[in-house]
Amino acid sequence: MNFLRTTFMNGNKVKAYPNYWDMIALLLVLGVITLLAWVATQMAVPYELGQAIPISLDPHRLPGYALRTVLRMLIALCFSLLFTFTFGTWAAKSRRAERIIIPFIDILQSVPILGFLSITVVGFISLFPGSLLGPECAAIFVIFTSQAWNMVLGFYQTIRSIPSELNEAAKMFHLSAWQRFWRIDVPFSMPGLLWNMMMSMSAGWFFVVASEAISVSNQQILLPGIGSYITLAIATTNMHAIGYAILTMFIVILVYDQLLFRPLVAWAEKFKTEQVVEETNEAHSWVINLLHRTQFLRYLGTQLTYIFDLFVNITFLRSKPVHSHPLRASSYVRYISWLWNSLLICLVGGVVVFLYNIIFRSIPIATVEHVFLLGLATALRVFVLVIVCSLIWVPVGVWIGQRSSVAHIVQPIAQFLAAFPANILYPLVFILIVTYHLNVNIWVTPLMILGAQWYIVFNVVAGASVIPKDLLQVADNLGLGFWLRWRRLILPSIFPYYITGAITAVGGAWNASILAEVVSWGGHKLVAYGLGAYITEQTAKGDFLHISLGIAMMCLLVLIFNRLVWRPLYELSRERFTLD
Amino acid sequence: MQDLDQSTMPNSPLIEVVNVHKSFKKGDRQELLVLEDINFRMYEGEIVAILGKSGSGKSTLLRIIAGLVQPSAGTVFYRGQPVFGPVRGISMVFQTFALLPWLTVLQNVELGLEALGVERNERRERALKAIDTIGLDGFETAFPKELSGGMRQRVGFARALVVNPDILLMDEPFSALDVLTADNLKSDLLNLWQTKKTGLHGILFVTHNIEEAALLADRIIVFNSNPGSIRGELKVTLPHPRNDMDTRFRNQIDRVYTLMTTQPLAEGATEGHQVIDLGYRLPEANVAEITGLLETLNAPENNGKMDLPDVADTLMLDIDELFPLTELLEILHFAKVSKGDITITEAGKEFVEATILDRKKIFSQHLKKYVPLARYIYDQLTRHPRHRALEENFISLLEDYLTEKEASRILSTVIEWGRYAELFAYDYNAGVLSLENPN
Repeated sequence: MNFLRTTFMNGNKVKAYPNYWDMIALLLVLGVITLLAWVATQMAVPYELGQAIPISLDPHRLPGYALRTVLRMLIALCFSLLFTFTFGTWAAKSRRAERIIIPFIDILQSVPILGFLSITVVGFISLFPGSLLGPECAAIFVIFTSQAWNMVLGFYQTIRSIPSELNEAAKMFHLSAWQRFWRIDVPFSMPGLLWNMMMSMSAGWFFVVASEAISVSNQQILLPGIGSYITLAIATTNMHAIGYAILTMFIVILVYDQLLFRPLVAWAEKFKTEQVVEETNEAHSWVINLLHRTQFLRYLGTQLTYIFDLFVNITFLRSKPVHSHPLRASSYVRYISWLWNSLLICLVGGVVVFLYNIIFRSIPIATVEHVFLLGLATALRVFVLVIVCSLIWVPVGVWIGQRSSVAHIVQPIAQFLAAFPANILYPLVFILIVTYHLNVNIWVTPLMILGAQWYIVFNVVAGASVIPKDLLQVADNLGLGFWLRWRRLILPSIFPYYITGAITAVGGAWNASILAEVVSWGGHKLVAYGLGAYITEQTAKGDFLHISLGIAMMCLLVLIFNRLVWRPLYELSRERFTLD
Repeated sequence: MQDLDQSTMPNSPLIEVVNVHKSFKKGDRQELLVLEDINFRMYEGEIVAILGKSGSGKSTLLRIIAGLVQPSAGTVFYRGQPVFGPVRGISMVFQTFALLPWLTVLQNVELGLEALGVERNERRERALKAIDTIGLDGFETAFPKELSGGMRQRVGFARALVVNPDILLMDEPFSALDVLTADNLKSDLLNLWQTKKTGLHGILFVTHNIEEAALLADRIIVFNSNPGSIRGELKVTLPHPRNDMDTRFRNQIDRVYTLMTTQPLAEGATEGHQVIDLGYRLPEANVAEITGLLETLNAPENNGKMDLPDVADTLMLDIDELFPLTELLEILHFAKVSKGDITITEAGKEFVEATILDRKKIFSQHLKKYVPLARYIYDQLTRHPRHRALEENFISLLEDYLTEKEASRILSTVIEWGRYAELFAYDYNAGVLSLENPN
């Protein structure tokens, strides 16, 4: 696992023959690799649109389906990482690229993720005619869109925050751009990147379940996976199957967490730049410990490090001494920037003409108004949800956060629950609504925040657990009453954390509305009044014009709320309520 | 090396800085001049110190010499060759060490060699040798966070020296360390230099510490602020090791203070206190500190007059802390600085002997009289119907003269003085200045 760090061997050379820990670890590694490879061969089977892929509700097939789902996640994660490294770095290093990439990604973040699916799936299918690769790619692309944006933004921000002296040292010691990227940029952003990857994965689970059942021109493609299994279970009202799926998902996320992220987070501890050694809160992972104990794998690790060194120090990517005046190229630079600007203007002009012709001409204003009202209904739901959730979870979170023993138990559970795809639980709510004849418009609402509420919980817990002890003691000492204590101490000090959690939760709720506002069970369907339901229905119809309208409206509303409500609150929390 | 024949030639400088100017773009048209017409040479076997207050552009000059920053005009020559980027042969030690926290000491030291494409085994051998030389034996596998500040800076030195540099540049290398550690490291560095254990032919460093400059350097170049320019130059001929208790050493320090505080009498400048304008870069000094300094001056044993080096010693201030205080005292006509001495004025005596409330009144009068920015803010507030004004107005006014960062720093300094003098009140959240205190 020692990719970025050579172990210095002070005389005691690492022995190359295995011990018994090696057997266990090797089996684990080989097992995982073989499984993934086997599943991958299944993905590229021939397929024609309209052909039904048999999905079986036999629980014995579930492990296989789960693997397919996991593999999709992994592939999407790899692409997200590649995308992050390219575009995050580009934006951080070039001002011109930054001015385009960053606002772009900011907007892409607010596009409802399932919208990407409805729009891109046809393209992907025609890209790989006669193969299941098309729909697979579409599904993977959706997961990618749920992961990539926050990773890019996080990566870009950390690269920008690298201390200038580190960059100067890199230049002074003649590191090439390539060497600097691997020696400074990547390690420096590693802890943040991993955290963002974990958040991305949480979002990814939600959408992987949704993206496996794809509707294209009134046909449904079911890609083998847990998501399709659930879709089928819902269609055939098979309660047992739903139970099995929930159990499987539970296990899958647990394994993913233990085998992938725990080890990575423990490994990334050393990239934290705080110059003090903290004894508490160090992440541990049994997998890392296992790998450390094995002789052979450690030997393998040093070999990998050696290979990584060669990779970083490739001869033709080394720096060369500067002999010419860097400003010489200025006329060339001016030419490039002129070209760049005219290209941008053409692009913007083209898009405006295109949008005018396609959307504004063919959609009557009344429809736009109708969709706008739908959007407001969904916005109202989101708003009420956040308030209700906050009223419930802030006191609970604070209570937990102030008891560190409880917090240590609750924190990983909340993070786990945030990763759990809540859409699996929707059928259960459907049954409740139908059984008790509840109002659809109201009772569908909690579904939207089922998964997202945990962000509020674990952020508030984190905030409450770092309220300085001396401030709490001062409050006791002054004999502050309950309400005064909350108003003057507790609420202000958890505010920045709460805002971070709430922003994530709101984003999740908007995204979930597309799934949550239409709930079905067997042949029955409950449809709520809202923008999410509108998008879902148009997608089922395959009406691209109205899908675009719905998605554009949602994107616009999310942007407006972000700019008008959340960003100012976030700024306020950073200005006034950060404890330093 | 091919350069050897050149370097043995008499009078061929290692580094030559010719007419260097540096200005930073500010807004659309305006430019802020940071360095003005810098010329100097550094010769074989010299240790040169660049001494100046913070913000005098001395670090920028060091970076221009290093090739990290391009000058707006002028050229830097290294052994006769113009510098366009980081040059092989020039190495640097940083103020905050700039170590990679995820690499061990050994790996940090190896980094520069790795970048140059030195083969693995040779790399390790040279790095271990450098670690040996700098006294880091036994810490090869440690991570920087396990080390104390002094040890970290030693890693910085080892990393700089392992590439066999010709010239070593140091940017305030000891200012992040405590006094004892810094002294220890300085003497080790001098030892290395004198025993010629390294291939170094010259050391150029930047500092704001007068004693440090006098202790290490053969030549001290004193910098002016706003814009940075060379005020003068002093040769230190005392043999190493120098003793900071030695009277000859104290004399050197006195000479530096005198050079730094003697106003170059401009055409027809009136003898007396300096007069400042609205956009003057007010020093960052607070009222408690200047009061403390006045009290020390006014103490019976000092009788209203002190030698600046003595002030620095008594109050344990370095020049970055001391000079802003003396500058403010001069501006407010509370004290007078010349030729390395500071003398309290009548007004200063009156201020320091007054009661707390009277002090505020005197301070307020002097603030209105001698600090144009404070007077301007006060006038604006008096004229405004509701006696309020946004801080942005004043910041944008100051930005005509200064950078954005500097403008807001100066405004907040003036706000602090104004609040003390009860000249005006300030609401942080709203960013509003007003005459009355909020209820």
